[in-house]
Amino acid sequence: MLAVTLDKIIKVYDKGHLAVDEVSFSVKQGELFGLIGPDGAGKTSIFRILTTLLLPDGGKASVMGFDVEDDFKKIRETVGYMPGKFSLYPDLSVEENLTFFATLFNTTLAENYDLIKDIYVQIEPFKDRRAGKLSGGMKQKLALCCALIHRPTVLFLDEPTTGVDTVSRKEFWEMLKRLKTQGITILVSTPYMDEATLCERIALIQDGKILSIDEPQNIIAQYPDPLYAIKSERMSELLKHLRKHPEIKSCFAFGEYHHISFKKDDEAVHKSLLQSLETKGHKQLDFKTMEPSIEDCFIRLMN
Amino acid sequence: MEKEIVISAHKLTKKFGDFIATNEITFKVYAGEIFGFLGANGAGKTTAMKMLCGLSIPSAGEATIAGFDVYRETEKIKQNIGYMSQKFSLYEDLTVVENIRFFGGIYGLSNKELKSKSEALIKTLGLEKEVDKLVGSLPLGWKQKLAFSVAILHEPKIVFLDEPTGGVDPVTRRQFWDLIYDASDRGITIFVTTHYMDEAEYCDRVSMMVDGYMKALDSPENLKKTHGAATMDEVFFDLARGAQRQGD
Repeated sequence: MLAVTLDKIIKVYDKGHLAVDEVSFSVKQGELFGLIGPDGAGKTSIFRILTTLLLPDGGKASVMGFDVEDDFKKIRETVGYMPGKFSLYPDLSVEENLTFFATLFNTTLAENYDLIKDIYVQIEPFKDRRAGKLSGGMKQKLALCCALIHRPTVLFLDEPTTGVDTVSRKEFWEMLKRLKTQGITILVSTPYMDEATLCERIALIQDGKILSIDEPQNIIAQYPDPLYAIKSERMSELLKHLRKHPEIKSCFAFGEYHHISFKKDDEAVHKSLLQSLETKGHKQLDFKTMEPSIEDCFIRLMN
Repeated sequence: MEKEIVISAHKLTKKFGDFIATNEITFKVYAGEIFGFLGANGAGKTTAMKMLCGLSIPSAGEATIAGFDVYRETEKIKQNIGYMSQKFSLYEDLTVVENIRFFGGIYGLSNKELKSKSEALIKTLGLEKEVDKLVGSLPLGWKQKLAFSVAILHEPKIVFLDEPTGGVDPVTRRQFWDLIYDASDRGITIFVTTHYMDEAEYCDRVSMMVDGYMKALDSPENLKKTHGAATMDEVFFDLARGAQRQGD
C-alpha cells in the first residue's frame, strides 16, 4: 500500500486562482519525500488537503488508504502535522504542550518517549518555559515532538526549515534521517533547493503544477545540456556580456560562478566565447564543466 | 583614493537587561558597496539593523549612518535610507500605483517627481497591466521586486534589505539581484541579510554575527581562503557551529 496518493487534485481559491492544478504523485511507506518549490507554489494547500483541513475542489487523495474526504477522522488519528506557522499554545509550557497533544491522541509522553527522545533532550532543560518564550530553533524542535508524540504513520512537515540558519537546517535534516529509520513516512516541503538531495524522492512544484517527480539524482541526470561554470574578476559585467553572446543558450548567476550552457556545444564555441570575453577586458577567467544541481534543473524547468 | 564611508560603527552595543544582544560591533561600509550581513538565528542581526536604521537607541558605542548620528539624528537617518524586509514591504490592500504614491510621499517626493518616477518604475518592472491591481494579488516575486524599487524611489544613500528573497523562486531571486546590482552601480549602498549562501557570494564583503559578536568581515573569497572552505556555506558552518544562542 502507498502511504500517500494524490490523483489530479485541484484547489481553487476566490477569484478563480488555481492554487493546485491537477497534482498527482504518491509516497511509498517509509519514504522521505520532498515537495520542493517557492512560496505560492501550492505546497501548503497540498499539505492541508492531505491532513483533511481543506477540501479539494477536484481529484482524489488518500493517506494510508483512507480517503481525505470520506475517512477524514481516520486520517486525523494517524498522521502528524507540523504547519509552517508555529501553532502550539504559547502560554502553555513545553511539557504542558507535549502532555496536551499526547492526551488528545490517548497516549502519554512516557509511552512514546523513545521516538522523541533524541529531539526532546535538547529542549528538556527548558520544559517549564512557556512555548511562546522559546527561541525559533527550540520552537521548531517542540513542534516536531508534538507532531510525533502519538507515533504517527505519516509525518507532514510544512517548511520546517524556512527562515532557519544553515547550521540549524543541517541539524533538522539529521533528525529527519533518524526518524526515517523508525519507519515513519515523511512528506516534507521546502523552498531551499539545496535540501532536495537529502530526500529519497522529490516533486518540483511551481504555480500549482508539478514540474518533475523523481529521485534527485535522476532529475539531475535528465538535465539535457552540458553545463559550465564561469567566473572573472567582474561578475556583474560578465553576466551582461554572457547574456548578449550569440552562442549562449542559458545563463544565470549561481553563487561564486555563473552557470552557462551553449546552443551548439563544442570546443571551438568555448574558445570563441573566452576570446570574446578577454577582448571585453575580463581577466582571470575561470571556465569549467560542472554537474547541475537541483536548482539548475528547477530553473530550466521553469523556463 | 579614500572611499566614501556611509556606515561607520564603533563598539556599537545593545543590552536588554543583562542580555547583550549586540556586543561591541565595529565596522565600516563604503558607498556603493554590497554588504552582506549574515549570522545564525539569534546572533543579534535584527537588533543591530534596528540601531543602524535609527529605530533603536544603542546602549553604548558610536555609529553614523550617511553621516548622521544614531543617538541624536535618527529622523535624519530615516530620511536618508530605504528599508524592506520579507515580512513587511508593501500594503497588500492598496494597488501598485497607490503603494508607490504612498511610500514616495512618505519619503518626501514632490507630486511631479512621484509621477515621473512611478511611470519609470512601472515600465522597468513591466507592471503596466498591473498598476491598478491590489498588491496582495501579485505573485510574491513581483511584490518583492516592487518593494525593493519603492524602497529606493527617493534615491537613498543606503538601502537595508532584511531577507528580501526568502521563499522567492530561483529565477525571480536572480532578477532581484539584478536590481540590487543596478542600484549599487548607481552608487546606492546595499546592506543585506540572507539565508541563501549563494547570495553571500554576490556581496562585495560579508560579515558574520555569532552570539552578538561580529566574528568575521571580509570578501567572500578571502573568507573562504581563511577558513579553508570551498563554499560560503562551509564558512558559515565553521563560524556559527559553536554558537550558544538560538533566537528568532
